[in-house]
Amino acid sequence: MDAKIKKELQKTACKVRMGVIEGTYNAKSGHPGGSLSISDTLTYLYYSKMNVDAKAPENADRDRFVLSKGHTAPALYSVLALKGFFPEEEIKSLRHIGALLQGHPCIHIPGVDMSSGSLGQGISAACGMALAGKLDNKSYKVYTILGDGEIEEGQVWEAAMFASHYDLDNLVAIVDNNGLQIDGPVTEVCSPEPITDKFAAFGWHVITMDAHDFDSIEAAFAEADTVKGKPVAIIQKSVKGKGVSFMENQVGWHGTAPNKEQYEQAMAELSAQLKELED
Amino acid sequence: MADVIKKATRESYGEALRDLAEEYKDLVVLDADLAAATKTGIFKKAYPDRFFDCGIAEANMMGVAAGLAACGKIPFASTFAMFAAGRAYEIVRNSIGYPHLNVKIGATHAGISVGEDGATHQCNEDIALMRTIPGMTIINPCDDVEAKAAVKAALDFNGPVYMRFGRLAVPVVNDAASYKFELGKGVVMKDGKDVTIVATGLMVNEAIEAAKALEADGISARVVNIHTIKPLDKELIAKCAKETGLIVTAEEHSIIGGLGSAVAEAVTESCPVKVVKIGVNDEFGHSGPAVDLLKEFGLSAENIAKTVKANITK
Repeated sequence: MDAKIKKELQKTACKVRMGVIEGTYNAKSGHPGGSLSISDTLTYLYYSKMNVDAKAPENADRDRFVLSKGHTAPALYSVLALKGFFPEEEIKSLRHIGALLQGHPCIHIPGVDMSSGSLGQGISAACGMALAGKLDNKSYKVYTILGDGEIEEGQVWEAAMFASHYDLDNLVAIVDNNGLQIDGPVTEVCSPEPITDKFAAFGWHVITMDAHDFDSIEAAFAEADTVKGKPVAIIQKSVKGKGVSFMENQVGWHGTAPNKEQYEQAMAELSAQLKELED
Repeated sequence: MADVIKKATRESYGEALRDLAEEYKDLVVLDADLAAATKTGIFKKAYPDRFFDCGIAEANMMGVAAGLAACGKIPFASTFAMFAAGRAYEIVRNSIGYPHLNVKIGATHAGISVGEDGATHQCNEDIALMRTIPGMTIINPCDDVEAKAAVKAALDFNGPVYMRFGRLAVPVVNDAASYKFELGKGVVMKDGKDVTIVATGLMVNEAIEAAKALEADGISARVVNIHTIKPLDKELIAKCAKETGLIVTAEEHSIIGGLGSAVAEAVTESCPVKVVKIGVNDEFGHSGPAVDLLKEFGLSAENIAKTVKANITK
């Protein structure tokens, strides 16, 4: 990847993470850990990959995105705000009464293609969107991000079967393999592993990537574009809480908001990372 | 007496989908390995490219329907009521109801008249479940004519619709040539002044028969067909409560949460009168021929007439 482009993406991802911290801090609730682990991927999708336009959020030809792991809405909202789908100020009223930004993605929010958050459901909707694209001979792609804990839901595998059966090669499902879910490491709770083998067995083309390396991310999505006749699963190895030192790989940061002190420390860390990239 | 024409509303569903497909280009049909039973096989035969079998995976089917609707298609997600409203409830709520997507759910084999398959497949709870989802429209047609009209009305309506169809062939009570379906409007099938029998689905015919029997005994019973259970025609219900007093409801569904509950909730707010509910009591069904089961569970003209007589005070 071009060094300049990479730096821009890194800077944007840093801002996305600041939005995650800002949102969850002001909400006094929410899910920072899994939001931070998908921030780089979301940044890449919205800034380098997907055909979306904040001025025409309903364009029928746009690429679609479904956040199947809907609890990580702070990251999605942060990207959408930066892209101009709604004012950045909205981030501060995340989860408040009367606010635009609901605790989990809602289709009525500009830029949000599907309500989601009850785990296992987003991927089915993404399948429906991909099938509609095929029926209408449209060239758009549908992207969805699932959690590695989320894929313990049986519905995910119903959808996996369906996508493969109907050759939905316009569907890319990204599994955020940060290894942690609410009750602990996924391998200890009720292991979904081996994830790559499972998707392969369901007839998907499987790609693995480093979720925090834009070269790896770019290569994965480029490979996804070459696949014909099969849906694509990208298993991304990620770090829960990535970018905020005290949140990294800590299961406790799955669904806890930072207090004032933690907020200030997190923002200071992210500001320093941003400054370093800007220098 | 002329021969009564009988037809199962699931058959009407399949035929209506086929007959409307040409006019409604965005109509697509999903099923979960029950096309032969839900009768979507009729559509599949005529439009194989617009039919998608999801296999025995109802949760995913509802989600796929949501995604199709989000992209402008009008999907008819079809399976037995037990699985559409029961198994897939939470997907219908969160992926279809919450985003208020234009998905039509064709739920066949509703109620006790599933017959021999027994309790596991006799869904007497679907109306109750679907009623609790904000913005969900629920239609329970009484015969072939109404069922076909309901499918068209659902197509013309933008939003989620739950349609309830039966397995058993039932008498055609409406006249196809003159019939007009108005979503959300109850239909007075027969006027009367002493009692109102509010019925839905296959109980409409039973209610008409009961009213005829009561007439012979000097009781003037009004029969109201509520094909749209949500939104309920509260005005008509209130009017009946005021004019006839006693209301007897009749449905092939649990007496908890269905038509009877909806009517009772409505009259307590507008014009409290005694509401007596006929339906499946708080119990599971069991195996047996549908016609015998309907009789056994009190879903008959005879029981309606008996119930009216036991409760009327005129």
